[in-house]
Amino acid sequence: MENHFETGIQALRQRLLLMASHAETAVNRSVQALMERDYELALQVRSDDSAIDQFEIEIDEMAINLLTRAPLASNLRLVTVAMKISQNLERIGDEATKIAKRARDLSQEPPVKIHLELPHMAGMALSMVKDSLDSFVHRDSAAARAIIPRDKAVDELNRQIHQQLAQHMMAQPDTIARCLHWIVATKSLERIADHAKNIAEEVVYLCEAQDIRHAAMKAAT
Amino acid sequence: MAEIILPKINALQTRPAGAGPGEPLIKINDLSLFYGASKALKNVSLHLGEKVVTAFIGPSGCGKSTLLRCLNRMNDLIDNVRIEGSVSIGGHDIYGDNVDVIELRKRVGMVFQKSNPFPKSIYENVAYGLRLHGMKDKSELDGVVEQSLRGAALWDEVKDRLHSSALGLSGGQQQRLCIARAIAIRPEIVLMDEPASALDPIATTRIEELILELKKDFTIVIVTHNMQQAARISDYTAFFYIGELIEFDTTTRIFTNPAKRQTEDYVTGRFG
Amino acid sequence: MSAPNSIDFRTKQFRAGSFFFTGLTGLATVLILAILAIILTDVIFNGWRTLSWHFVSSIPTKDFFDRHTTGVLPMIIGTASRVIVMTVFVLPVGVITAVYLTEYAPNSSMVTRIIRAAVNNLAGVPSIVFGLFGLGFFINFVGKNLDAALHNPTAVWGQPSIIWASLTLAVMTLPVVIVATEEALKAVPQGLREASLALGATKLKTIIKIVLPQAMPGILTGGILAVSRAAGEVAPILFTGVAYYMGSLPQHLTDRFMDLGYHVFVLSTQSTNIEQTEPILYATVLVLLLLTFALNLVAIFIRANMRRKMRSLH
Repeated sequence: MENHFETGIQALRQRLLLMASHAETAVNRSVQALMERDYELALQVRSDDSAIDQFEIEIDEMAINLLTRAPLASNLRLVTVAMKISQNLERIGDEATKIAKRARDLSQEPPVKIHLELPHMAGMALSMVKDSLDSFVHRDSAAARAIIPRDKAVDELNRQIHQQLAQHMMAQPDTIARCLHWIVATKSLERIADHAKNIAEEVVYLCEAQDIRHAAMKAAT
Repeated sequence: MAEIILPKINALQTRPAGAGPGEPLIKINDLSLFYGASKALKNVSLHLGEKVVTAFIGPSGCGKSTLLRCLNRMNDLIDNVRIEGSVSIGGHDIYGDNVDVIELRKRVGMVFQKSNPFPKSIYENVAYGLRLHGMKDKSELDGVVEQSLRGAALWDEVKDRLHSSALGLSGGQQQRLCIARAIAIRPEIVLMDEPASALDPIATTRIEELILELKKDFTIVIVTHNMQQAARISDYTAFFYIGELIEFDTTTRIFTNPAKRQTEDYVTGRFG
Repeated sequence: MSAPNSIDFRTKQFRAGSFFFTGLTGLATVLILAILAIILTDVIFNGWRTLSWHFVSSIPTKDFFDRHTTGVLPMIIGTASRVIVMTVFVLPVGVITAVYLTEYAPNSSMVTRIIRAAVNNLAGVPSIVFGLFGLGFFINFVGKNLDAALHNPTAVWGQPSIIWASLTLAVMTLPVVIVATEEALKAVPQGLREASLALGATKLKTIIKIVLPQAMPGILTGGILAVSRAAGEVAPILFTGVAYYMGSLPQHLTDRFMDLGYHVFVLSTQSTNIEQTEPILYATVLVLLLLTFALNLVAIFIRANMRRKMRSLH
């Protein structure tokens, strides 16, 4: 006989995976639009964002519904983690939209002549997102744990790039507007990496029932 | 045989009253029970703490009620029952040679699945145990009866009809009367065998609230087939399957992240 | 079979089987009531004229056959006393035996099975055999030895009397009381016993305070059945205490007694003029029936009172 509860849990999982693939696509496209100065692609990312927002609402609804049936143990963890991951995915979508907006604006202006480590940083952020979602699909706790330290490298690159841009703006004031766009875009990438780290922490909780958030603070106290 | 220590409770969780490391009140050691040739309990070892609520869960026929009834020797009533291993309460082996079963049952009370008030008045029901153990003075009896009915959250509903028949009460009220009757003689431990399973949801909630109050004064062991109930009211949970203890831990652990696959499967409804 | 939509459920369907069975059970009931009615009507119709205050309150002379002078008071006293004394003995013994069998005896043991077999067989023994048993055991063995032990010059205990007749009847009606009590005990829910034991009561206290009070109506029913059976029995008292004629009412347990049922036998067999005797016969039977009803009524009243008390207060 069918286990209706199990069906509900699986449906939740599937929805989450679908949302994840949309979010991942949005990040990929926004970075691509930024790098290749693609106006059309940037617009597309913006219009897709509402779909991602809709997913978050749907998933929260499904999760609440499942909670009324008092799930326990791994089911309970899945439901609460699903709500958290969907929130992180939604923010990732928002940040991708911000990058797309900056990409759109930058594509209308002549490029700034400065060599930034941006592609490298974008690549790291993208792979963090991909890896965190993979670890959720495969319930691979070790893989999820491995993602967490990578966030530091992304933060460091973000700092570096901001510093470079700041210096450039001071040296060539006519590039200020464009450099500001780049600063915002880079910041968004850094945030995307943060959210990917959050997702990885949730995956660890799902698999191990261990809450490893804010570990740096704990270690300090 | 490895000493079983009460699992430590995470400091961030609410600390159950009276729990924690220290001498457990009930020690069940390698207990096996036989109905004739059939082994209903298989080498169960378990330590239960004082003034906490411990829940026994598991599918039908797993032995949880049988184990409960070992704790006040109600299994003695059944022909052909044989016990191996030991159960000690407060340091004394209750299956020892010189044990007075009457005294044991004064210290270990029981509430049953189907409420069973005597066909007497409400007052006489609660006073039954008191009279049994020698209390005669009317004012003393009155006082303890009132205290017990208050303790069972029933006083306000029956104070004006103490001498009317107990059988006139609703199902939920009758069960609370049985609880009042059991706690009147101030046992240390109260055993409850699915106390709310025959009641409607509102009556069930009242019984659950009552149990949470009672654990301030009594050690409670409850058998339940309702996992959410165990999750709501117990501090520790023991999961049984076909006569064996599969896992014993804090309730939070059992219901958020059980260690054994079998427990996980049962708790998430994949079997049983 | 018509299509589901077109079954008209308003017209009652004639179901032959049910009708036949209802008819059969109704017929059986009517039959039983009819037989009872026939007997009662016959007795009442033919006996009421002879029934008078004088009849039920006077001691007869040796001449039983004059309907104007005869009386049945000693027979009434005799029947009533032996039934009452029997009840005094049979209820405690029967109840205790039933309590043992239900509450204490392990179900599978050989001893229990022997006791149960004995009780069942006792119920099947013909009443005349009980009479002979009463004579041989109670009178010739117990009574005679009692007299010897007490150094009685003449036979006091070693002869037919109320006490021996009552005891004989008690032995005869024991199975009825045991079975009725057992049923009543089994009807007490096990939950009540468990509740009492779980509070620290001993088994004995549980039986006395909870089980027996609850079973009392059923036990009284057993008593009622025993009384009804014993009141009409003649064979067991033939050798154990009934007398053809006594000029006075019985005073002690060691006295003999007269009996309504036996008197009917006497009237039918000793009469020389059946027409003259017939009204007296009917009247005696009527008195016996009335006495039995009266004794039953007392017990039923006690039982109803008990049931009422159990339901409300206490």
